[in-house]
Amino acid sequence: MDEIRYWNKERETMDRDARRALQLELLRQTVGSALKTQFYRRRLEKAGIHSLDDVRSLDDLKRVPFTTKDDLRENYPRGLLAADPTEVVRIHTSSGTTGTPTVIYHTQEDLNSWTELVARSIVATGAGPGDVFQNMMTYGMFTGGLGLHYGAERVGLTVIPVGGGNTKRQIQLMKDFRTTVLHVTPSYCLHVHTKLDEAGVTRGELALRKAYMGAEPHSENTRLKVEELYGIDVYNSYGLSEMNGPGVAFECVYKNGMHAWEDAYVLEIIDPATGENLGDEQEGEVVFTTLQRKATPLLRYRTRDLASVFGGECPCGRTCRRLSRITGRSDDMLIVGGVNVFPSQIEEVVMRIPEVGTNYQIRLTKEGSLDRLTVQVEIYSKMFSGNVRQLDALRNRIKEELKASIIINPAVELHEPGSLPVYEGKAKRVVDERPKL
Amino acid sequence: MPHQINIFIENRPGRLRSITEILTEAKVNIRAFTIQDRGDFGLIKLIVDKPKQGQLALADRQFACALKDVLAVSIPDRPGNLHKLTSVFFEHNINIVDAYGFVLEPNKEGVCCIEFENAEDLERCKALVVKEGFKVLEDEELYEF
Repeated sequence: MDEIRYWNKERETMDRDARRALQLELLRQTVGSALKTQFYRRRLEKAGIHSLDDVRSLDDLKRVPFTTKDDLRENYPRGLLAADPTEVVRIHTSSGTTGTPTVIYHTQEDLNSWTELVARSIVATGAGPGDVFQNMMTYGMFTGGLGLHYGAERVGLTVIPVGGGNTKRQIQLMKDFRTTVLHVTPSYCLHVHTKLDEAGVTRGELALRKAYMGAEPHSENTRLKVEELYGIDVYNSYGLSEMNGPGVAFECVYKNGMHAWEDAYVLEIIDPATGENLGDEQEGEVVFTTLQRKATPLLRYRTRDLASVFGGECPCGRTCRRLSRITGRSDDMLIVGGVNVFPSQIEEVVMRIPEVGTNYQIRLTKEGSLDRLTVQVEIYSKMFSGNVRQLDALRNRIKEELKASIIINPAVELHEPGSLPVYEGKAKRVVDERPKL
Repeated sequence: MPHQINIFIENRPGRLRSITEILTEAKVNIRAFTIQDRGDFGLIKLIVDKPKQGQLALADRQFACALKDVLAVSIPDRPGNLHKLTSVFFEHNINIVDAYGFVLEPNKEGVCCIEFENAEDLERCKALVVKEGFKVLEDEELYEF
């Protein structure tokens, strides 16, 4: 095992009371920022919080209503911007549950704090200068790529910003530059392994020693499988774009749950049905409040991810509580190849096309270890002209519009009217045939 | 102008049978058919004796189907006559969407059914082939041969 090192020892190992005092101080600043937005000012005033002086204890946070993805969507594009626009240095949008996206703004200070959190996550896994870091997550608006990128540079790793896809090139880079650390989704990691033989590369020619796996919930068995296939250590990584991206919670060398950086986030677990707070070790929905973000402060943001939190000493000496693996979602969001997709986004596209009937289905399958999303639609008889070109154009149109809306490339199947299963009551639109990772 | 029935079908066992079953029940006689394949789906195209009844029977059972105008050209069943017809298309730079042929009477008469992009192309082509000496079949001539 790698020796235990810290990036920010004071913050990572501070005792609980000191951390709570720090959290309160930062929460007051966050509320101060949030009050600059009309959205939060209304909400906070209703909850009796008119200025940051009304926040006297961490418990005061519980008076604030939850923030949801719909709130972000409804306040798109500028409703939640709490900083002067000239201070904003980066924008990340992500797809909303329907056509309207959500946006998170970052000031330079915000990006710096995110980078610091990622840096300490990387150091917690025992990586450091001398490691070659191949970042196989998508760059761009998706925060998985850029988030780890800057953190790895700050720690001093050699970063290969290759992004996702192009397996042949990934393997070539791993070999040529003696990559030691990967950042990858579990399904793509498994896929790359199946292509090593084809590329004529043996494990002995690779210098891999670690992988960070995120963006897709996966089980302990998947971790063990990847560890065994590659002969490396695999660390679980958690983040979401609303909370910057990766670097919210990360495993240390002991790989026994993800240390949640509680000096940057207030972490709560709630009962998704009632909103009641749950105790440690009880599974529920994860809720975060940002403590170090000026441009887009979020109070009690409902992630819809289901997990539990536990305290207890970790042999690494870090004192923050740890987050369990994500076990599911409290909404119907799908994760396809690391990309978040809401069935409602697909429905919106499909239902605005006149040649499509009222019934459709979303099927998720595996092609090797990669996810495949197929949208099956029924042709609407009355709009059928009898031309095969109309059908080709229809299929392409659905494909293009879905791709624009959900970012991933779906397969589209055209079906006869009345041929897809019809359900009594609530239609079961999603058929997920993927074996659990 | 004669019609064919174009029907959208999925490419899986039993789909053709469901069409022949419906037409059998409706007592519609199939004179000719062809399939335009697109992988996981296709179009089946039928010449029948009663196109409107056939289409209604299929639509009743939820099939996506439409009546399409076709140009049905009678061709003497001898070497070189189809070539003469395709040469007309070529010389006038006319693109066709789909075509199929069948023999009406061996060594005497065949027919070529042609689909066009639009009605103008069809009318223009009809005039041209007639000018070249071909006989164009009208509705009943095709349905009742």
